[in-house]
Amino acid sequence: MNKVDITPEAVELVKQIANKNGALIFHQSGGCCDGSAPMLFAEGDMYLDESDILLGEVGGVPFYMNKDQYAYWKFTHLTVDIVEGRGASFSLEIPYGFRFLVRSRLFTDEEIKELDIK
Amino acid sequence: MSYKKPSFKEKYGNFINGKFVAPVNGEYFVNTSPIDSSVIASYPRSTSEDIDIAVAAANAAKDAWGNTSVTERATLLNKVADIIQENLEEFALIETCDNGKPIRETLNADIPLAVDHWRYFAAAIRAEEGSASELDQNTLSLIIKEPLGVIGQIIPWNFPLLMLSWKLPPALAAGNCVVLKPAEQTPSSATFLLEKIAEVFPPGVLNIVHGFGPEAGKPLASHADIDKVAFTGETTTGQLIMQYASKNLNPVTMELGGKSPNVFFNSVMDEDDAFLDKAIEGAVLFAFNQGEVCTAPSRLLVQEDIYDAFMERVIARTKAIVQQSPYDVNTQVGAQASKDQHEKILSYIEIGKEEGAKVLVGGGSCELDGELGKGFYIQPTILEGHNKMRVFQEEIFGPVLCVTKFKDEAEALEIANDTLYGLGAGVWTRDAHQLYQIPRAIKAGRVWVNCYHAYPAHAPFGGYKKSGFGRENHLMMMNYYRQSKNMLISYDKNKLGFF
Repeated sequence: MNKVDITPEAVELVKQIANKNGALIFHQSGGCCDGSAPMLFAEGDMYLDESDILLGEVGGVPFYMNKDQYAYWKFTHLTVDIVEGRGASFSLEIPYGFRFLVRSRLFTDEEIKELDIK
Repeated sequence: MSYKKPSFKEKYGNFINGKFVAPVNGEYFVNTSPIDSSVIASYPRSTSEDIDIAVAAANAAKDAWGNTSVTERATLLNKVADIIQENLEEFALIETCDNGKPIRETLNADIPLAVDHWRYFAAAIRAEEGSASELDQNTLSLIIKEPLGVIGQIIPWNFPLLMLSWKLPPALAAGNCVVLKPAEQTPSSATFLLEKIAEVFPPGVLNIVHGFGPEAGKPLASHADIDKVAFTGETTTGQLIMQYASKNLNPVTMELGGKSPNVFFNSVMDEDDAFLDKAIEGAVLFAFNQGEVCTAPSRLLVQEDIYDAFMERVIARTKAIVQQSPYDVNTQVGAQASKDQHEKILSYIEIGKEEGAKVLVGGGSCELDGELGKGFYIQPTILEGHNKMRVFQEEIFGPVLCVTKFKDEAEALEIANDTLYGLGAGVWTRDAHQLYQIPRAIKAGRVWVNCYHAYPAHAPFGGYKKSGFGRENHLMMMNYYRQSKNMLISYDKNKLGFF
């Protein structure tokens, strides 16, 4: 059971970008114009520490979220998907004409138990 | 009355060192209108090479520009204001086409406000004074403001010309040169502006470079030869920009996200009068600009004893919103700015439903006829739930209002402040004590009291908490673009006596 999954279309795009940019990370952003979206960065570009929670790995890429934000997200299962579009952020997929987005659903009671979410 | 899509050239350049130039690598991207997905024009897909040229031009111009008189700088800022004013209708039409917002809004809000911000800083720089303190009989401390040098600015797509006009005038008035990157969704009004004002500033003072965030935004934000970055956008990019700035020990200002509470106390319904009518409109302002505002009043808090009666009127007013072609002067809510925004908003409505929020009105995509069917429209939506739901905590950036009730002042404040953000808030009451005490207790940079969504020049605007820092729209913003030079002068003829 994963906290975060990814669609095959999104995996394809992640692979293309990884071929060009090397190791990558996802970081779920909050707020404003291009926010509330998963951002894809080159590994090492963003400073991560204990305030960033690792939710899992998708398409070979670790997926992080800020601890404060995770407090509100912890009961939702996430699926990283792509949609046509662009944004003003620094996320690496933008030049490809796509944006990553997360589709969410609530975990079932059994899943919450299995994942030991408190 | 309805307008038509304006005409554009096939492609445009960057504006660097006083003229339009093609991107170094010759690559362009196609910009489309969210109204009907039609093509607008091609804009440069710039890279670090273009940023380098623009930053070099700005550095070459900064000494001369920094030494111009405030009279001269003010005159040029006023000239820009006059030019926008003279072309107001054309600017409004371009903005509507590029962003999808209704023409009623661009004609009456975006463009007139943009004009006023140029005029405000033209006036502010003339009226401002430094300071002198006599520390003792023989010692004078003079504080003189000096420009930082070269500023990098990155602006969003929700109010393209207005955000540009929040950023450029204080930086230029303070004597800086600027390299600005518009959002790639909305490059048109900045380009049109530079076509109109190409001759106003000396070459290199104002440079506009188009392109994508990772290819042009990042090289600008991390450039070693700029002296400051000002950014409006989302939190993760904000964090990255601060990291880059830390490498250069550069200052930054950040205007980031929000999840603003709009709090209505029971006294608003004491009378059925003009004020109640204003308050209902104040709640429905969540749909203003399609909800694409960092300060959108997206959390509605209503006191429980008026909840049913108040919401009945809010829902009725929301249902009466006119949503059709943004080019029609009667349209109140237009298109979301892009397909990805449209998808993101819909996915939030779904998660809200799944979390148990009740849809009071709207709840889906708005399908319009004809060519508009290819655009990105969302029905103004109200979700009823509680503050721990994700839809109450995350910025949806669409016309989606989340409503909950509270029993007393303490609970209202607890809910209002239970958010990662602190950009805006609204407080509505007829109680004179609440009018003062509640706004003071809300942790946000701007609290509207018995009003909402007003952004006049001379009222400082900026965030608390994860909404950023810095205060725009006010003369204090010029200090975020300046150094304080202290000259400490001795009029004592006698030595210290140490050596």
